[in-house]
Amino acid sequence: MIRFLLLFSKQGKLRLQKWFTPLTEREKKKVIRDMMMIVLARAPRSCNFLQWRDLKIVYKRYASLYFCSGLDEQDNELLSLEVLHRYVELLDNYFGNVCELDIIFNFEKAYYILDEFLMGGEVQETSKMAVGVSLQEGDALQEVQYAFTPPL
Amino acid sequence: MPAPIRLRELIRTIRTARTQAEEREMIQKECAAIRSSFREEDNTYRCRNVAKLLYMHMLGYPAHFGQLECLKLIASQKFTDKRIGYLGAMLLLDERQDVHLLMTNCIKNDLNHSTQYVQGLALCTLGCMGSSEMCRDLAGEVEKLLKTSNSYLRKKAALCAVHVIRKVPELMEMFLPATKNLLSEKNHGVLHTSVVLLTEMCERSPDMLSHFRKLVPQLVRILKNLIMSGYSPEHDVSGISDPFLQVRILRLLRILGRSDDDSSEAMNDILAQVATNTETSKNVGNAILYETVLTIMDIKSESGLRVLAINILGRFLLNNDKNIRYVALTSLLKTVQTDHNAVQRHRSTIVDCLKDLDVSIKRRAMELSFALVNGNNIRGMMKELLYFLDSCDPEFKADCASGVFLAAEKYAPSKRWHIDTIMRVLTTAGSYVRDDSVPNLIQLITNSVEMHAYTVQRLYKALLDDISQQPLVQVASWCIGEYGDLLVSGQCEEEEPIQVTEDEVLDVLEGLLVSNLSSPVTRGYSLTAIMKLSTRFSGVNRIKKVVSIYGSSIDVELQQRAVEYNALFKKYDHMRPALLERMPIMEKAATNGPTEIVQTNGETEPSLGESKHPPLVGQPANQANDLLDLLVGNDVVPVIHNTVPAKPASSGGELLDLLVDISLSGIPPMTAYNKNGLKIDFTFERANPNPNVAVITIHASNSTDSDMTDFVFQAAVPKTFQLQLLSPSSNVVQALNQGTVTQVIRVLNPQKQQLRMRIKLTYTHKGSPVQDLAEVNNFPPQSWQ
Repeated sequence: MIRFLLLFSKQGKLRLQKWFTPLTEREKKKVIRDMMMIVLARAPRSCNFLQWRDLKIVYKRYASLYFCSGLDEQDNELLSLEVLHRYVELLDNYFGNVCELDIIFNFEKAYYILDEFLMGGEVQETSKMAVGVSLQEGDALQEVQYAFTPPL
Repeated sequence: MPAPIRLRELIRTIRTARTQAEEREMIQKECAAIRSSFREEDNTYRCRNVAKLLYMHMLGYPAHFGQLECLKLIASQKFTDKRIGYLGAMLLLDERQDVHLLMTNCIKNDLNHSTQYVQGLALCTLGCMGSSEMCRDLAGEVEKLLKTSNSYLRKKAALCAVHVIRKVPELMEMFLPATKNLLSEKNHGVLHTSVVLLTEMCERSPDMLSHFRKLVPQLVRILKNLIMSGYSPEHDVSGISDPFLQVRILRLLRILGRSDDDSSEAMNDILAQVATNTETSKNVGNAILYETVLTIMDIKSESGLRVLAINILGRFLLNNDKNIRYVALTSLLKTVQTDHNAVQRHRSTIVDCLKDLDVSIKRRAMELSFALVNGNNIRGMMKELLYFLDSCDPEFKADCASGVFLAAEKYAPSKRWHIDTIMRVLTTAGSYVRDDSVPNLIQLITNSVEMHAYTVQRLYKALLDDISQQPLVQVASWCIGEYGDLLVSGQCEEEEPIQVTEDEVLDVLEGLLVSNLSSPVTRGYSLTAIMKLSTRFSGVNRIKKVVSIYGSSIDVELQQRAVEYNALFKKYDHMRPALLERMPIMEKAATNGPTEIVQTNGETEPSLGESKHPPLVGQPANQANDLLDLLVGNDVVPVIHNTVPAKPASSGGELLDLLVDISLSGIPPMTAYNKNGLKIDFTFERANPNPNVAVITIHASNSTDSDMTDFVFQAAVPKTFQLQLLSPSSNVVQALNQGTVTQVIRVLNPQKQQLRMRIKLTYTHKGSPVQDLAEVNNFPPQSWQ
């Protein structure tokens, strides 16, 4: 399973954090610090995999954002690159040409999209279309109830 | 009360902050506003405030005061509230929080909500971070949803069940009935999550595993459909249909086929098909191939398939994509134990990967290279590995150096090669080697008698170049101290002998003593080396002077040594030659690894205390130590002995003859062992100059009617004693008491403790081998007092 998924910028600002195992705040902060340190220090065209403690770390850079996930020993690293890519595609489909600012200003939506794609560290839906449909319908439910006052 | 500012507005404002302090101020102001808003129980804007709080939490600020608000949002009827509420719960309310359990009721209600998206939110939250208690309470609801026909809910329920099982494994049974027709679903989401659920169950329970084996044909069919089906826009990734599902099915097949011949048989064809037909131009295809290879290697596949798998890995190694090379090296590392020969075929490619620029790849290649070293390829491999050691980053050097030492020890084709290799490591990565390599190397050099001149010459030359690498300097000083005479005599067969005078050698050693680069341990080594040269060189005055200077050194260790050496010159000059004699060959005990020798061998910390008794410490030390644990109640078999009577007694033995004044001291003899016709008597003598040494002679006699051949007597004593066994008179104990075999044991007993001994006897009697262990406790008190 995926243990955690982090999105952070080149300057070390966290944009999204999803944890699939219970950790204390302190432990989470340590992981985030370590991941940023290790990943940001990697040479530009290095291998996307590395070993950290007992986890495989898979990271990929998309424009100004680093997508970094920690996997169990038996997980398939090459496939997890596809998982990261699929998430980026979903973001792109939803926001239309997604960029870092979209994720900053609409972080709650980034989480909703993630929650339709992954659950408990595993992929729950392999069809881009199906995820898109669920998101649309969920958003429609939101707007119905807030005709005049924008909720957020 | 004006409406609280909107989320996007807040984000925009915070981003304009130019310093950390400015940001903190803004955040504090907003937190205060939010807190008062919470106090006023404002329902309309609660979700806006919590959303803002979550943003601030992501920036790293505390947000715990929003926990209860999240619960209120979850309980609200509005979908937007629930969405933010559950998000907040997942971020702020993990199972370590006290209020976590309060969610249970809300989740339970929402699991039965009329809107599937609300149910989905509840399932998601439970499936990502539900605690064990929550899982126990709500497992029933999840199980119900697992059987629904709504595929949106079914797939989420499956993953939720996976989480429940991970948290509370005992609940696995209750999900069994619901899994009945999971695989007949058409919906890929459900299929995928079902396979994950089945995988989790099979991994955790062998019973489940055997139960689900019958699904293999169905899984094979689904996989086949995926591969053979035409283009499906919904699931296509670069020409491959639903790679996520394919990989998960392959993984489940791996678990199912693992130790089962029939299942492995059933999946052979599909595995071969996937392995040969998958497009490898993109990462997706390679991900599937990778999983296929892992599966083939793990199940009981036929050899043709295994070869196919290793060849795929071999092709991966040549791929331009770094990730693929990394993955190949990792997999080969896993299979090198079981399919060693197949992996050997790719050795040259693997060795090339040592030169890769990528750090991750280099590390894997190094580990794999060491795993591939064997007696046939040692020379070639070592050349590459030494080249790697020269040029690699410091983070690799320590591991590489240790690996080289281990490999050299196991497979060295010749002593000279071994010494050359170790010298190379010491000169290139000398500061990164582990501490125990110094004594190991010293022991190796001592034992390669014919290489002494060559070794000391090379080490001397290395010292002239560079004295900064401590392990190298320590080994070199020890050798110069030991073999300095060979160095100045200019005899060397292996290479051109160098001309060196005694003064030049002493210059070098004294240089080490004064240099800032030398550590205290190194200084100790060089002082002792200088002292040893006093018996090997002719000019003693210079050495006397050096030694007396260091008698007032600030370093206590050096001072002690110098003072004792000084005393040796002044009061015990007659003993000096004997004490500073050449070291005898150190037996490397069969059962002990190098580290044991380190502890036992006086060489680790050459100090005068031990060098005063070289005869006892030299050969028997390591022997005594392996014998060691015996009497502490272990069943470790004692290892030493002198088996062949023709073996010359060690120089230590002769020295003992000098130091020891053997005289019969009137201690009564005793019978140590008497069984099966073999009788062993001990007679005692006391060595006068050293009252702590007891000399025991064993007399073995055989009262049966046939000879006992290959007779070996071994003995072990407790840790506080030291033992030396000399050569036996013979190893045939003749029948019918016609003759006795005698052997001398010398026991050093400095603490005057009660002497105890465990003996082991092995011999061949009437064609069959006999072995016996016995304890000897009946020593007369005079023998050890």
